[in-house]
Amino acid sequence: MSATLTESLRPTATPELAKRVELSAIDASTRGPVLYFLGSSILWLILGTVFALIASIKMHAPEFLGDSEWLTWGRVRTAHLNAVAFGWSVNASFAVAIWLMARLARAEVRHAGMLTLAAVFWNVGLTIGIFGILAGDSTSIEWLEIPPYATPILFVAYALIGAWALITFRFGRSQHIYVSQWYILGALFWFPSIYSVAQVMLLLEPTRGTVQSLVNWWFAHNFIGLWLTPIGVGAIYYFLPKVLGKPIHSYYLSILGFWSLALFYNWAGVHHLIGGPVPVWVQTAGIAASFMMVVPVLVTAINHHLTMVGSFSALKYSPTLRFIVFGAVNYTLTSLVGSLASMRSFSEVVHFTQHTVAHAHHGLYSFFTMVMFGAVYYIVPRVTLKEWPSVKLISLHFWTVAIGNIAMIGALTIGGIEQGINMNVLPTNPDGTAGEPMAFLNVMAQTLKWLEWRTYSGILITVGHVAFAINFAWMLWQPRKPGITQPALFRNAPDMEVAR
Amino acid sequence: MNRAPLIFLGIFFTVAFSWTGIVLTNHLMYADLQPVFDENEGRAFPQPLPGDALRGKEVYRDLGCMYCHSQQVRHPGFGTDIQRGWGERGSVARDYIHERRVYLGTMRTGPDLRNVGARFAGEGGRNWHIQHFYNPTEVSNVTLSNGRTYGSIMPPYRFLFRTQPIIGEPSPRSVQHLLPAKDQPPVGHEIVLTQRGEDLIAYLLALKDPPLYPEEARRVYVPPAQPDRGEPRPGTAPESTREVLQ
Repeated sequence: MSATLTESLRPTATPELAKRVELSAIDASTRGPVLYFLGSSILWLILGTVFALIASIKMHAPEFLGDSEWLTWGRVRTAHLNAVAFGWSVNASFAVAIWLMARLARAEVRHAGMLTLAAVFWNVGLTIGIFGILAGDSTSIEWLEIPPYATPILFVAYALIGAWALITFRFGRSQHIYVSQWYILGALFWFPSIYSVAQVMLLLEPTRGTVQSLVNWWFAHNFIGLWLTPIGVGAIYYFLPKVLGKPIHSYYLSILGFWSLALFYNWAGVHHLIGGPVPVWVQTAGIAASFMMVVPVLVTAINHHLTMVGSFSALKYSPTLRFIVFGAVNYTLTSLVGSLASMRSFSEVVHFTQHTVAHAHHGLYSFFTMVMFGAVYYIVPRVTLKEWPSVKLISLHFWTVAIGNIAMIGALTIGGIEQGINMNVLPTNPDGTAGEPMAFLNVMAQTLKWLEWRTYSGILITVGHVAFAINFAWMLWQPRKPGITQPALFRNAPDMEVAR
Repeated sequence: MNRAPLIFLGIFFTVAFSWTGIVLTNHLMYADLQPVFDENEGRAFPQPLPGDALRGKEVYRDLGCMYCHSQQVRHPGFGTDIQRGWGERGSVARDYIHERRVYLGTMRTGPDLRNVGARFAGEGGRNWHIQHFYNPTEVSNVTLSNGRTYGSIMPPYRFLFRTQPIIGEPSPRSVQHLLPAKDQPPVGHEIVLTQRGEDLIAYLLALKDPPLYPEEARRVYVPPAQPDRGEPRPGTAPESTREVLQ
């Protein structure tokens, strides 16, 4: 028992050469599908970034591409969201989940063709979907905009991946289920459940009235909470101890974190409807659940922090660790902000403002995307048996996106609170009575400077994405150099063993 | 030790739990809300949208209007919607029962549109929308105390108009007389609103909720307790309110 427990805590601390060979064979077997998913995810990331820049510029310069119906703000913004959420994030999630599942189950990938077929279906479906959005076929249901004629193609892709995951899990040689596998298995089950229920209840056989809004936000928030978050947190649970070469601090905290997340995150989505025409009790339940999210978040944060303690100097060397730790810290921050923003009094002010946009990017970018970047820097050398060609580009990537993130989220958070106070709080007259609200156009004019900030920080982030894409393409195209033993680190670590 | 079945059960039950609570319970509770017949008016409210407005709602969908404009009025005392004149009352679930797709919205880059048909009505409202869609920045603007003038950041929707040569009689639907000198078409041409533009404006003119239904007047706006009438036990509504709650 104790031996198995220790092993399950230290997925990699197996010095025996035999296991190294086995891991290497497993990595090699994931190569085709992992590179396919990652390559397409990076293409979507670049495309989504272009859409984002266009949408951001349009918000303070509305005449920019103003006569193009296909690129009108309402469409290009939606194309951005779907390209980064379903193109970049989901493709990257699939790649990371497949690689982690194979490694953690200690199973070489069987039926890799299934996965490659799934990747083709997913990306063809998404291309049709985003083309449809630009052409005017969006459903205008937030996070479910992909037109109904494209979604069945996505379902085929998903079914193939789900079936593959079950096969891998079932035939794996590992007897132990590491905590990352819990998260990935949860995510792989949760996503198709909520996606199919939302499709049926909103598009095929729509329920009536504002029950639709409840279904919508139950799905949209759970897409983040039950798909992206478990993949991201599961990846942190793997890579943090892996890169540091030491076990995770506490097994029991990781179990508590998993189940409290599974229980509370589910209910939190209703906080997008606070003050709206839906029953007050369900709003209250959503607020309570959002607040209870403090439990899994703090538990996970403590567990990760105590794992890191004593190893902070490794941040100087390992690109993977730097991205992963940036993501982990922001997971804690964005979740705490989310719990706070769901309070009725706070929501009264910041709901309907740029604060929400800041929060969405804080979670999806500063947490999830940064963790995925870190994972990509770790996985690709192992499946291609090549090293990253340019450490300078990795460094440029990290600093541009890190500074760009902090600038954008800072600007929109502060700007959103200012916008909310101007829009939703009545000023007090000198005699103590409530005055008139600020005229709406004044509110907009005051917000403009923050919207310009977003464009500047967005340009910085774009530079980082281009550096990342160049490095990735360069790596795939460069010939394999035999006998590399040195991983691409920011600088050489004196005493750090980086497991291969 | 294989805990997989237990983990799968837990994974299944957590999502089933929230679906039951948030979705199923509310679906059973109020998805079958019915219109209320008003004896004085001789009609049932809310009324469904007329056909051209329904087509306009499709344009609203395809252009993604809901990403900047909400369609829900907050209740008095929560935000400033009532003071802004966005509605005479907060929105209630019954307002939305005819809508095959509900656009409550989560963003107010622009103002709430739930009752925009009350603010811009009739011929004048139609003309305003035409001018505004053609050139939002010039029609809506504000000069702040710093002396700078800021125009609306709503994008122009000139693609909802068409410039065409005048063949024979000028079209009765031509709109250039509403537009400023710089936007006039070349000689012999006229600017007309496309059918999609007409439909979208019909939708905006039709967006207006009726006065509060009697049912919601009782349920949502519970009158404050009056302590001078007897001593209500803490946590229970006084006699007068309890009656209407039933």
